[in-house]
Amino acid sequence: MSSDADSPNPKMIEVDDFSFYYGPKKAIHNISMDIPERQITALIGPSGCGKSTLLRNMNRLNDLIDDVRHEGDIRIDGTSLYDPSVEVISLRKRVGMVFQKYNPFPKSIYENVAFALRVAGRNNRKELDEIVERSLKGAALWDEVKDRLHDSAFGLSGGQQQRLCIARAIANRPQVLLMDEPCAALDPIATLKVEELMLELKNEFTIVIVTHNMSQATRCSDRTAFMYLGKLIEYAETTQIFENPKVRQTEEYITGRFG
Amino acid sequence: MLGEPKIWLTALGLTAGVGMIVFLLGLILVNGVSVLWPKPVIQFKHAPDGAILAGELRKHQVRRDSASGNIIEEHLVFIGNKDATGSAFRYIDAHAITETTEPKDILVAERMEYGDSIFYPVSVKSPDGKVIPATDAGFFPALHGYIKEGNDRRSDIADIEKNDIGEINKRMTRLTLDEKGGRITPEQSTASRAELQKEYETLAAKAKALRDQQHLATLTYRLADGTERSQAVSEIIHVDAPNALSWFGKLGLFLRNAWALVSEEPREANTEGGIFPAIFGTFVMTILMSALVTPFGVIAAIYLREYAKQGFLVRAVRICVNNLAGVPSIVFGVFGVGFFVYLVGGTIDEWFFSDSLPTPTFGTGGILWASFTLALLTLPVIIVASEEALTAVPRGVREAALACGASKWQSIQRIVLPSALPGILTGVILSMARGAGEVAPLMLVGVVKLAPSLPLDFEFPFVHAERKFMHLGFHIYDLGFQSPDSEAAKPMVFATTLLLILLVLVLNLSAILLRNHIRKKYAGGTF
Repeated sequence: MSSDADSPNPKMIEVDDFSFYYGPKKAIHNISMDIPERQITALIGPSGCGKSTLLRNMNRLNDLIDDVRHEGDIRIDGTSLYDPSVEVISLRKRVGMVFQKYNPFPKSIYENVAFALRVAGRNNRKELDEIVERSLKGAALWDEVKDRLHDSAFGLSGGQQQRLCIARAIANRPQVLLMDEPCAALDPIATLKVEELMLELKNEFTIVIVTHNMSQATRCSDRTAFMYLGKLIEYAETTQIFENPKVRQTEEYITGRFG
Repeated sequence: MLGEPKIWLTALGLTAGVGMIVFLLGLILVNGVSVLWPKPVIQFKHAPDGAILAGELRKHQVRRDSASGNIIEEHLVFIGNKDATGSAFRYIDAHAITETTEPKDILVAERMEYGDSIFYPVSVKSPDGKVIPATDAGFFPALHGYIKEGNDRRSDIADIEKNDIGEINKRMTRLTLDEKGGRITPEQSTASRAELQKEYETLAAKAKALRDQQHLATLTYRLADGTERSQAVSEIIHVDAPNALSWFGKLGLFLRNAWALVSEEPREANTEGGIFPAIFGTFVMTILMSALVTPFGVIAAIYLREYAKQGFLVRAVRICVNNLAGVPSIVFGVFGVGFFVYLVGGTIDEWFFSDSLPTPTFGTGGILWASFTLALLTLPVIIVASEEALTAVPRGVREAALACGASKWQSIQRIVLPSALPGILTGVILSMARGAGEVAPLMLVGVVKLAPSLPLDFEFPFVHAERKFMHLGFHIYDLGFQSPDSEAAKPMVFATTLLLILLVLVLNLSAILLRNHIRKKYAGGTF
């Protein structure tokens, strides 16, 4: 297991000997890894290997499920997620999330983006207008929707809806953006747009992405972690993982001889 | 191919169900509408004694006479003139009829008392004693003029007696209460009372003067059998010659009858006049019930679905709620009397209306308690529908809301509830349909056959939640089964049923339109 911090960037997320249980079932086995700031880190591995579980623990979304528990710790920017003084709501404001299936709210495009601010009690019209515009521009959606901001979000195409979800996730200027297979429900062209967007966004945000798409991982990510059966098998620079994997299982998985 | 007969079976089930509903609705519609449509008046000549009678054909039947065993074919004829004949209906032997005619000059008059009169006009005597015979060209204008004057005077009298004198009565009652409560001295009370009494006497004299004028114009008429009678024109509400009417004339009369039905108050033990108070009472009660049950049910469903830990207890609660829907409605009525009327209402009376005790204010049946009782009755419908609507909100949307930093309550309030709203409204629609048609529990908690005043009016505080009210469902029962003359009430039963169905339809349609509007707002959503 290699969790060396050989990246030039300082670490944003530290996973420290973290284990997670669904009832009696141990889904994540003692994972430790450091995720560097303003880079894209890809989590790959076969279905059920625990990569989504790990991702969803980074904003404690798994707390909603009954009968779960964890061991170890995850720290974001030096603060433990499980520190009793950390409020889960303020934590989630620092960590945005984009889901596999685009899930805009049954509201207008504008209100979708403004949602995170409104629940935080920020209702200043001018401030909201600015943030909505900036976020939609950040998600490369502004030009397509600027004339229909107050139409239902369901009128957009799938790719547009996913980019709207990205705009929604970054409206609050989080430090970390978690993406759970963000392109799984999109066609190749929309996928390409989202990937380009990710490369833009990494200048500002630390991105962690779960993907099943090997070429997507090579195209976008700086670092890649390969997980299998809840364990972190190999974690290194993406080029190294794909060109010169150290572990046989990693090589078998990325070349498709495994699965 | 193997499944084919089963598909037929399902189609058969649907066809049978829809067929029965269409038949029932059709029956009510045809009967309800035909009540209002003017029928021709037929004059019969009877064989054995040559008696002549005129009336509307209401029913034709063939029966075996129990005494002689002969088959008898007979008509039921509405002959009206209950004051002259004693009974407004008569069976006549179909074979004994020797001659039928439809005389154009026969008139039908709707009267304040004794129901309709069917007659040939003879003459009308004006208030100053001038007699105008029916053959004179001035007869009908004069008759209609006197009828209109009579109607105007009648509404003036009603206005004085109901509003002005009613107001004095209320002030009298308040005086008594004030005196009892020690807010005014007996001397003050006596003085005010004398003043009110004087006001009352002026008004009563005014009403009496008007009433005296009502007897001045008289109409003399001849029945089909030849007897001549006369009566005050002011007793007549309107008069028509149905046999002389064109199709459009009949349509006009139909529309006037329909308007009278929905806008007027009932007369003559509810068998005549309109049913406006019942329509209004049903409407207000249904709205009030929905307004009470919806928030209550939705809040309960939110707790059950979103907050409660899903386990044995919640499952048990859910089963209980579902079973509540199967409890006979009369049981809810009994509960309503015991809990709402006696306990809650009685306590309110003790605390706030102790002056007027032992006369109860809230401690008796009223529209508020009826609405509460029905709200309880329809609660399971709302809870079940709301729970299902909440369950149907996709998990992804909830997680997205939480991931945006919303608290659980914020995500429910801003995302989950709006998404579930169309489903919740479906529950409201179902509960309105259930509640509006319910009669049995209402009989215990506030419905009456004749309510003196409406639960909403222009008198402060405008909403009188403690008042008793009339209800279309109870009206149907009262007309059909409690009426002294069930044959006379039968047309009203159909018309009332039709109106109840129409009212539920209108309420439901507005809720459906609201739901569609909400759905359209988020077109393409997965609701």
